[in-house]
Formats: sequence, structure tokens, C-alpha cells
Amino acid sequence: MGELKFVGGYPVYMRELIKLVEKTRSKRIGKLLPQMKPQERVDILNLCHPDYAPGGKRALRIGPNLGDIVSNEIADLIEAYPIIEPDKIDFSKTDFETDILIIGGGLGGSSAALLANDYGIPTDRILLVNKLRHGDANSMMAQGGTQAADRPNDSPVIHYIDAMGGGHFANKPEVLKALVEDAPGVIKWLEDLGAMFDKNDDGTFVELTGGGTSRRRLHACADYTGLEELRVIRDEFRNRDIPVIEFCPAIELITDEENKVVGAILWNMETEEYKIVKSKATILATGGFGRLHIRGFPTTNHYGATYDGPVMAYRTGARLKDADTVQYHPTGAAYPQQIIGLLLTEKLRTSGAQPLNKNGEEFVFPLEPRDVEAASFIRECYIRNNGITTPTGMKGVWLDTPLIDILNGKGSTEKAFPAMVRMFKRFGIDMIKDPVLVFPTLHYQNGGVETDPKGSTNIKGLFVAGEVSGGVHGKNRLMGNSTLDCMVFGRRAGRYSAEYVKKGVNVGKLGLKHVEKYIRELKSARIKTDRRAPMLLPDYRGKAALARAIDIF
Amino acid sequence: MVERKISIMDSVRRASQSVIAGVDKKDIKHWVEIHIMGKAYKVPADLTIMQAIEYAGYRLIRSCGCRAGFCGACSTVYRKKGEYKLQTAMACQTRVEDGMFLVQIPFSPAEKPLYDIKKLEYEPSVFLKYFPEVARCLSCNTCTKSCPQDLQVMDYVQAALKGDFKAIAEDSFECIQCGLCALRCPAEIVQYHLAQFARRMYGKYGTLRDNNSEKRVREIEKGEFDKEFDRIMNLSADKLKNVYTEQQNTREVY
Repeated sequence: MGELKFVGGYPVYMRELIKLVEKTRSKRIGKLLPQMKPQERVDILNLCHPDYAPGGKRALRIGPNLGDIVSNEIADLIEAYPIIEPDKIDFSKTDFETDILIIGGGLGGSSAALLANDYGIPTDRILLVNKLRHGDANSMMAQGGTQAADRPNDSPVIHYIDAMGGGHFANKPEVLKALVEDAPGVIKWLEDLGAMFDKNDDGTFVELTGGGTSRRRLHACADYTGLEELRVIRDEFRNRDIPVIEFCPAIELITDEENKVVGAILWNMETEEYKIVKSKATILATGGFGRLHIRGFPTTNHYGATYDGPVMAYRTGARLKDADTVQYHPTGAAYPQQIIGLLLTEKLRTSGAQPLNKNGEEFVFPLEPRDVEAASFIRECYIRNNGITTPTGMKGVWLDTPLIDILNGKGSTEKAFPAMVRMFKRFGIDMIKDPVLVFPTLHYQNGGVETDPKGSTNIKGLFVAGEVSGGVHGKNRLMGNSTLDCMVFGRRAGRYSAEYVKKGVNVGKLGLKHVEKYIRELKSARIKTDRRAPMLLPDYRGKAALARAIDIF
Repeated sequence: MVERKISIMDSVRRASQSVIAGVDKKDIKHWVEIHIMGKAYKVPADLTIMQAIEYAGYRLIRSCGCRAGFCGACSTVYRKKGEYKLQTAMACQTRVEDGMFLVQIPFSPAEKPLYDIKKLEYEPSVFLKYFPEVARCLSCNTCTKSCPQDLQVMDYVQAALKGDFKAIAEDSFECIQCGLCALRCPAEIVQYHLAQFARRMYGKYGTLRDNNSEKRVREIEKGEFDKEFDRIMNLSADKLKNVYTEQQNTREVY
């Protein structure tokens, strides 16, 4: 790459292509291509969306979702053996005993803890465990906003219809209703806790649209929405002195004779010892799966997003829902090399940035639902060959970010997108003056452990909240519904698990009968493999170093 | 047709292979030498500090979180060969440079005062009550110099002394709570906890409330949308699709 000459962060040949973007810019202002018709959307998804293109999926050979089609990477983890050998775990000593165990400390888990406490569970009878630090979660990286239908021309019903359509009408109706009905209350809750949302001078929220939302209802905190929401909720959590253990992921759920979930086995990542937690209720809030790199895509997700929750829950017999779909965010960074896959919020397009091909031409309405928008980028790059190729061979399309200042006034990009401007600046690119290169990136686990409106599952004692769950988003989540999902169902799981506990739970003998059964099922399905799950972390060690590694300690 | 689809996905996979599965040695044209906790390693010049540490063979547990500049897990302190200056960075958002001597900070041991936000008075004296060490600020500016987000940390600490909630809240808004300011501060102030406190106070007491959401919450509680929900939720699949399409045609853009 050193042979290339760079101007303003781009090699000269890309700089030449940027001139084509600049040439068409004034003609494009205020003019957008029309939205696709329903049939056009279906056609483009079938043509080149990674979820629809063949070769990426297979049928599950085991468990409650036997025969369901899922991504190969998911099937690999479902059809894997446990890390532990059930008969070698010593249950004679319990390390922690609690009423509510919460696994995962993003927006879902942290909200659950607060509400469990509000509904009468004392703080010292709640335990939150984390794989990494409390707050290391996809929630922290959410940029665009949180949907809540609170403006006069909007309603929860309109929100419901938008999300239903975006989810291809596969959403569980009663779960989606809970999401949209709780939304304004969640925003108010955050405001009460002191979250700093973007506001107009009269105190009303600045609200924008997202792809597939028909009204302006995204509540944002610049492009640090998830950061602001989570750090406020986490601060409240810390003020209440709720116990937390970090770097101690759950590696298996524990059941009793009635197959109720009654705790989990944790693994201290540093001392490598296991710990037994006994609990009356368990809330799974482990997040998503970006680090599985489904179909070889880079991801926007955090380091620990490895599908641990569904893997553990499935072994207890919990059903999965909509595990066949994967959300690829249309605008992941495609250049420079160091930030490939990282998220460029949809709000950039909401604020006027247009996707363009190598000739500087528009090729799609900028705010189609995410799956349709992503497929159109792939078509432009790989079928129509109108993409821009980077020095390392990535292809992408331009996102014409300078339009944001032109449309909204000088300084508006910096004000609304400090994180984006900062990220590109760190690598020598000024996105206020120059377009940036984007390509779809693995973003969100649409489905997961099937939930009901209370955040409970088909397994007694097991609750779910946030990305780990399945049902609310159907086959495709809309922008601004993920942070909302975490908080609505985090709060609901906290509340209803507290009520479950208060009714009295008879915790039987702690054991791993469900894991033993699962191993038998794996064997009778003739699944022979070295794979072990949960995965916990991806492995990015260099190939050369790994080739000569000796595993001594 | 089917074959073409497969080849599209294969091409996509190939294009980003170096990001996911690591770069092949033969494709690396430029190398730099870095020192990870004093040990020298040759690594590709195109990587971030975090990617370079992994390339060298480290499997990270601590000091790695979102990998995108939002979480503050990968605080890094480094010095370059021949320079006296200690510098700070987020490992995931900084390119490696030849001659870096690197160490990552796995944890910052900082005391956080506990408070109940609902019971506090919105007045300047709360700062000294909960963060008395603020009065020890030497105005040395080390915090500002150590901030990987380039925030004006010292300015907001000074604003706390004046009791200016708004200034602290706005100046610290982009704080990712990495802890580097507090670790470097000779006065042992925990700037990022102070800022968190100020932002919540300002968000709760210093800004006007949104009335729309308040009103909507009451309407939902009263069941004002129940009828409409019943109607929509009982529509046939085809009718619901039509309603959706019609609604999309009335969308507000921008």
C-alpha cells in the first residue's frame, strides 16, 4: 500500500472517483429516487441478500427447533458439545445464592436489575454477571436512537404497523404490542434518570425517522445514544449497590428435577475456575452474535457477541424463534482497512446522506428497510459492478455525507455525529468534506430465544431480554427498536421475574440433567464433532503465531 | 442463476477475509516494530494497536470491548522510541506506529460516590459534597492531554468548582469513561465519575421536560389506543399488508 499516494486519507484513484460524486451533488439535493414497490423488494432480497442466497444455511438436527433452517454458523454452535463434562461438576458447594441471576450487563440486563429491585427484590438478592466488563455490550455502541411514538401525529399503533411490516409480518403480535406501548414510558423513565436526549429549546425531543419508520420517532443523544442510555442506567445500578461480577461468563445453565432453570455455572476467565450460582429466577441478557461472522461478513458488534445465550438456553429445551434471519446493516465502514465493518448510523441517511455508486449516481431510495437497502448495495457492487474497490480489495458504495451540512446547515454534521466525525478523523478522513465508503456489515440477531410479553420463555425460571430473545422483531428489526427492546423487555423481565420469585419458588436439587440429555441427543443424531460451545470469545490471533503455539498452561 | 448467487457470496467473503480471519503474510507489504510490554514484535503497518497485539499472538480478555471506540475498555499508554512523552490512546482506534512501546490498562481503581439522584438539590454545593477532591485541582491540564476523545477535561473540572452543571454536561458528553484522566491526575480526581454525576443532574433538573411523551404515557395508561389495536391485530394478513403499504406512503421523510 505504500506505493499509493494519499490525499486527505484516500488514495489518488479514489480521490478521482470522489470528483464524480462532487459533480452530481448539486443536482441531487432534495431529489430522491422513489421507494421500491413490495414486489421489487422481494425480488432484490431473493437476488442478493445474504440471508436468501443459497449455501449459507442448514436444518438443525437436534432439539426443540429440529428441522428449522438456520445459518451454518449458528447450527455449528447448536450442534456442539458442552465445554464441561456434566458428571465432573461438583454441586456440593454453592458459591453464590440469589433470588435473581442476570447474565449480561448491557441495557437489557442492567434495566432488569433496576426493575427487579423496584418490584421488591432487595439489591443483595440480585446478582449480575458479565463476560467482560459491566456495560461491554452492543447497547453501548448503539448510535441512531430509540423509537417511541410520542408525537401528536404518531401513535403506538402506527409504530406497531411499521415494525410489523419491517419484520415481514412475522413478529409475535402481543410481544410487539408490549414493545410499542411501553416505549414512551421508557423514554420518560430515562429522562427521569437524567439521560441527556437531543432536545429543542422548548424541551420537546428532536425526533427523526429511520428506515421503514413512517413517522419521526427516534430519540437520540447525538450519535452516542446507547452510550448515554447505558451509562445513565449503569450509574443508577451502581448507586443502588447491586452486586456485579465481571469477566465471569455463564457457561451452562443449571436445572432442577422439574427442569426449572435454577442458576448457572460461571467460569472465571482469569483463574479458570468454575463457580456455582443458585437462583430462583435467571434472566438471560447475553446479547447478539456478530462475532460469528456469518457468511464471512465483518461486524459492528462488540468482542463478546458470540451467541452464548441461545446455546445455553436451547440445551434446557427453550425454543428459538426467527433464528433463520440475520440483519446486515447497510452502512458498515468499507474503508479504511482498520475500521472495516464498524457502524455508520442509519441516522446519516435520515439526515440527508445519499448512497451513490462509482459514477456518483443514486441507485436506491436511501431509507428502505435495512435488508432491502443492504441487498441493493450488494447488487450495485457485485452484480452491476458499480462499486468502488479499495486498495485491499473491499468493495463499497459512497455515502455522500457532505450533504448533511448542505441540507441542515454548516456545523450540523459535527453536532449530530461527533462519534462518526471523530472515527474518520482518527484515520485521516474528513467526512464533512468527503463522502465515506460503505458496505453491509453483520449487525443484529433478529431472532433468538422465544419470548412472551413478560420476557418469559417456555422454560420455567428462565427469562430473556434484548437481542438474545426472539419474536418481537420478526424477520428484520427496524432502526431504533433494539435499544427499545432491551429496555422494554429488560424492565419487563425484571418485573415479572420479581413477581415469579415473590410467589415462592421451590428450588429443587441443582444439576445438569438437561445437558446430559442433550449430549445423548447429539450422539443419537450422529453428530461427531470437536466443536465446543458456548464460544465466549472469537480468536483473532495471528496465523503465524498460532501455527507455532504450544498449549502448556 | 443459483450458481451466480453463490459466487456473489463467495466474492463478498473473499473481500473481507483479511479483517475476519487475519491477513496472510504474503499480502503484507509494510511492517513496523512495536514493543508490547517491552517485548519486540514485527507487525503489519496497516493494523490498529489492538489488531497488532492480536496479530502478535495475544488473545485478549481484558482491554478489549466494543472494538469501535465507544466503550473505553482498551485504554493504552505508550511512548515512542527516543521520545520522553507518554501518550494515551484507544487501542482499537489508533494505528500502530514504528517504535511504539505499549501497555494496556486493564482496570482503573476509582472510588465512586453513591447518591440517590431523586433526592438531590440542583445546586452548586453538591459537587463539593460528593467530589470534595475537585478542590484539589492544580489546573495542570494532564487530564485534558490524556483524554483519547480530545475532551476539555480540565475545563469541566473547573466548571464543577463554579457549579456550572450545563458546562460540565456538555463538555463531557462524549466521555467514554476509559479512566485515563483519573489515572494520570496528580490531584486524584475521578473526572469521569464527576462528569457522569453532572450529566445526570443536568439531564434531570437542568433541562425542560418533554410534554408529548408524558401525555402519551397517560393516554396509553387510559387505554386510548386499545380499540385501534384490537382492530389492527384482528385484520387478515392481506389487509394488514395493505394498511402497512398505505402507511408507508404517508411517511415523513427527514
